[in-house]
Amino acid sequence: MALSSLFAFGPDELVAIRLSLKVAAAAALCSLPFGIAVAWLLARRRFFGKSLLDALVHLPLVLPPVVVGYALLVLLGGNGVIGRWLEDTLGFSFAFRWTGAALASAIMGFPLMVRTIRLSIENVDRRLEQAAATLGASPLRVFCTVTLPLAWPGVIAGTVLSFAKALGEFGATITFVSNIPGETQTVSAAIYNLMQVPDGEAGIWRLAAVSVAISLAALLASEWLVRRQRGEVHD
Amino acid sequence: MLHIDIDLRRGRFARRVRIEAAQRVVALTGPSGAGKTSVLNAIAGLVRPRAGRIEIDGRVLFDSAARIDIPTHRRRIGYVFQDARLLPHLDVTRNLRFGRHHAGADTFAFDQVVELLGIAGLLQRRPANLSGGEAQRVAIGRALLSQPALLLFDEPLSALDEARREELIPWLQRVRDEVRLPMLYVSHTSDDVRRLADVVHTLD
Repeated sequence: MALSSLFAFGPDELVAIRLSLKVAAAAALCSLPFGIAVAWLLARRRFFGKSLLDALVHLPLVLPPVVVGYALLVLLGGNGVIGRWLEDTLGFSFAFRWTGAALASAIMGFPLMVRTIRLSIENVDRRLEQAAATLGASPLRVFCTVTLPLAWPGVIAGTVLSFAKALGEFGATITFVSNIPGETQTVSAAIYNLMQVPDGEAGIWRLAAVSVAISLAALLASEWLVRRQRGEVHD
Repeated sequence: MLHIDIDLRRGRFARRVRIEAAQRVVALTGPSGAGKTSVLNAIAGLVRPRAGRIEIDGRVLFDSAARIDIPTHRRRIGYVFQDARLLPHLDVTRNLRFGRHHAGADTFAFDQVVELLGIAGLLQRRPANLSGGEAQRVAIGRALLSQPALLLFDEPLSALDEARREELIPWLQRVRDEVRLPMLYVSHTSDDVRRLADVVHTLD
């Protein structure tokens, strides 16, 4: 295969790449506040049902993605219980929309995000949080000015993992919102499509190369962010 | 000034502690395991006594019978820990300015505290680049600048070597003499205690 054909992106491929980036970024960023909250609960609080919450968070990691996608379809699809309610009251729908792809990806990446952030919060010295409290800092201020800054590398890593997972998500997304070019056809789904057509091979290579490049860039960016933060701490 | 009568229990550790002191600077000594630090933590609200009452300078911080348990951040306590516990991600200035107990007029001004403890040269540094004695002085300054109503010291000298200890004691005496606050000072050596406190209370 000629090297030049590696860069000859078709319009559909560019659309899929752009969509994938949008879906993955939305999935990672929108789930981040929830990820931090759940990670903090699991790391720092004791409450009734904690094991259940922990198990629920981890469920997408062990369930077949198709099952997650089907559950989303049943609950949030056009005829789903919650889906219909959302549509009627807020005029908002996940069904066959890119937002649905982002939601499915966010859920699949959530366990990775929570695990990573939780570990980093657990590694924050509680005695520092206590010291901050004796200095007059409310629990919220302790969290924002001590816990979160010290857990920052884990927050970054968790966000990047969620982003990368969203880029690669396939099963749950395609089950929930199908494979519609320009709306829900991410890079993974586009590759799958190209595998079904006779001359798809060049396109597959191009999209595969892009996937590798984006994932690498995300990992390097997170490494850089973490190092910049460390530099601030230990300069 | 100090009226403490608490029932501390944590796992197998259980004891009743009673301290009544009218003096301003009180030392608390006793062998390790006697629960000295637990008493400080109970006063600071970091551990909850099973029952009892803690009243300092007319302020009730804890009273199990009256269901009073003021949260740590509202107790207005300046706690100097054994291990300084400076915030590693903030420089000395930002550590010093971290505390804020009340919005009213400050008793302790930044420059005054910096001068009192001789830490002007350290302000831009990170806690990782401070010696043990320097970190402890910054921790004392940080506690003072939180505008506390009471100072707690948990063996502030124990993590230091002999020379550093001798270096820090004059600073502690200065704080004791110039800061008109109730102070509770925990130590397991009676030497520094005799040089600092008005009265010594021994836990056994």
